[in-house]
Amino acid sequence: MFKKIALTAASVLALAGAAHAEGAAAHIEDVAFAHEGPFGKFDQNQLQRGLQVYTEVCAACHGLKFVPIRTLADEGGPALPGDQVRAYAASLDPVVNADGTERPREWTDKFPARSGEGMGPDLSLMAKARAAFHGPYGTGINQLMKGIGGPEYIVSILNGYAPNPECAPDGIDGYYYNTAFAAGGVPASCKDEHGLSTVPGSWIAMPPPVDDGSVEYQDGHDNSKHHISEDVASFLMWAAEPKMMARKQAGFVAVTFLIVLSALLYLTNKKLWSGVKGKAFEA
Amino acid sequence: MAGIPHDHYEPKTGFEKWLHSRLPVVSLVYDTLMIPTPKNLNWMWIWGIVLAFCLALQIATGVVLVMHYTPHVDLAFASVEHIMRDVNGGAMLRYLHANGASLFFFAVYMHIFRGLYYGSYKAPREVTWIVGMLIYLMMMGTGFMGYVLPWGQMSFWGATVITGLFGAIPGIGPDIQTWLLGGPAVDNATLNRFFSLHYLLPFVIAALVAVHIWAFHTTGNNNPTGVEVRRGSKEEAKKDTVPFWPYYVVKDLFALAVIVAVFFAVVGFMPNYLGHPDNYIEANPLATPAHIVPEWYFLPFYAILRAFTADVWVVQFASWISFGIIDAKFFGVVAMFGAILCMALVPWLDTSSVRSGKYRPMFKWWFALLVIDFVVLMWCGAMPAEEPYATISLIASAYWFAYFLVILPLLGVIEKPLPQPATIEEDFKSHYPNAAE
Repeated sequence: MFKKIALTAASVLALAGAAHAEGAAAHIEDVAFAHEGPFGKFDQNQLQRGLQVYTEVCAACHGLKFVPIRTLADEGGPALPGDQVRAYAASLDPVVNADGTERPREWTDKFPARSGEGMGPDLSLMAKARAAFHGPYGTGINQLMKGIGGPEYIVSILNGYAPNPECAPDGIDGYYYNTAFAAGGVPASCKDEHGLSTVPGSWIAMPPPVDDGSVEYQDGHDNSKHHISEDVASFLMWAAEPKMMARKQAGFVAVTFLIVLSALLYLTNKKLWSGVKGKAFEA
Repeated sequence: MAGIPHDHYEPKTGFEKWLHSRLPVVSLVYDTLMIPTPKNLNWMWIWGIVLAFCLALQIATGVVLVMHYTPHVDLAFASVEHIMRDVNGGAMLRYLHANGASLFFFAVYMHIFRGLYYGSYKAPREVTWIVGMLIYLMMMGTGFMGYVLPWGQMSFWGATVITGLFGAIPGIGPDIQTWLLGGPAVDNATLNRFFSLHYLLPFVIAALVAVHIWAFHTTGNNNPTGVEVRRGSKEEAKKDTVPFWPYYVVKDLFALAVIVAVFFAVVGFMPNYLGHPDNYIEANPLATPAHIVPEWYFLPFYAILRAFTADVWVVQFASWISFGIIDAKFFGVVAMFGAILCMALVPWLDTSSVRSGKYRPMFKWWFALLVIDFVVLMWCGAMPAEEPYATISLIASAYWFAYFLVILPLLGVIEKPLPQPATIEEDFKSHYPNAAE
């Protein structure tokens, strides 16, 4: 029954449009990730810690079905040694063949997928499928420096769990109140006369997945809830955009080359037209 | 040919003469490159070369992307991820192609508004204009179908909404929609035909571009003054023009290098800026996205489509006079296509005898308002269908039609134009007093 209400509420919210969802003011905090901005690079250690968080926490319910395991060894990613990646692949769920038999997972395979009752959405592209930054004034230009906001969205969701608000002390059965999650259902008692939500965020099916100390890092890195969230968000950004560093480098080379070419063509053009325009050319 | 008088290609060596009498291809290249071009063209005349670059870029990157893409509803999304993760340079190719579409449309809008301001559509260049509008329509079709191919949520729901427009045609609409989709809903048949057409149309565009260039090489380029090149003799024509090679080739290449530098900055540093995050979610016919928005380049016309709701009096009047056949949905579709048709018919709607907006004191302001109007419509198209955007869209749509159907026809009658220079040479010398003869 409550699930039905939640679903109805979710669809009503969806129909009401994104602006209304924004009206609910789901809070997405900005995190200064190492990979942001034109010169930003992935923090290799952070990606490795994020892989550990994904493996120990997220992987129970979320797949990475588009990510080949071998790319864990790629430059510009976690860059783990090849033998470690092979061993890691073998530790994952076996691959089920077409005839129903199983074989050990190889590093040339992709991460396992997750589907069925109680399983969450695939995380391969999650960091690109959610955007947190739309400004200034809806132009989205701050993406250039802050990125698209997908990792921030993930951090905010993981840290957005809160006690049920006063308007619905019992919440929705089987769902958890999350101040950063805008796409879920909201109980009728938390809506105003226009059907708009009066609380930030909404109710999400995922129980709070991480807490302080949920993961023990081998390198002794701070394992507070926020740090764990940042690490896994960074890893998921890499999973969604594994060629980011190569792309930025190509962009940098291309822009530099084109600026030099532009300068040369500018001078060529000036000299060429100086005769027609009757101007002396000095360069 | 009624072109501007200039030196033609003369075959000199024995081989050149042999080839020329059989296939005058060198002559064609020579005459195309050496065409006399008004020497006063400003920086708004560079968008043509940018557009040619975009077409070449899209075809080149597209042909390679096709080698790795699978047009099937179960495999398309995964094949795009295969391109992004496994294909050498695949991520770069796809981002170049996706952002290339944006550069293409940015350049075409600059090119169109250049034409609208300087009266490039006026006699004798109506055919150039009409062919250009056909290219623009083909571009919209190609861009729309290309956006469907990755088979993300926006691909699927965008296709559903846009093909639904045809379903709004009274009587035969639903049949047309089914015919377009290849079935009752957007599915594998739709994806396959969109893929086929997305590959075909760019070559139709390329052919139309050749016709576009042929047409304006026959009439000669317009220029910022709108004054025609003198054609009495070669000497006279030479005072108004420079040969396209090398003068405009180098100038255009310089402009292209600057623009492509900005383009590569976008591709390299924020390639998903102009895309929609929902398109990284695989298409799901059972889950409608909260907010279906087309790509930015369709937003102005999308805003016009949505502006005419059932409570607008013109819509109610149209419904009443047609005994209910024309409903709000169909009216919106007619308005959207009508908005483009008005633009296509501008050569016959503009009654002014003066070509360039530079010498039209009243026109200038109405034109500036049209540019603002276009940006406002683009912004409204991205906003949800609610107040105040609905009212703003309606006012902005009304101005779009008023500009073409009322203001331009009337301005030609009531406006007193400013004096124009007698020749292009005179205009050029007013800027460059020491200019050579």
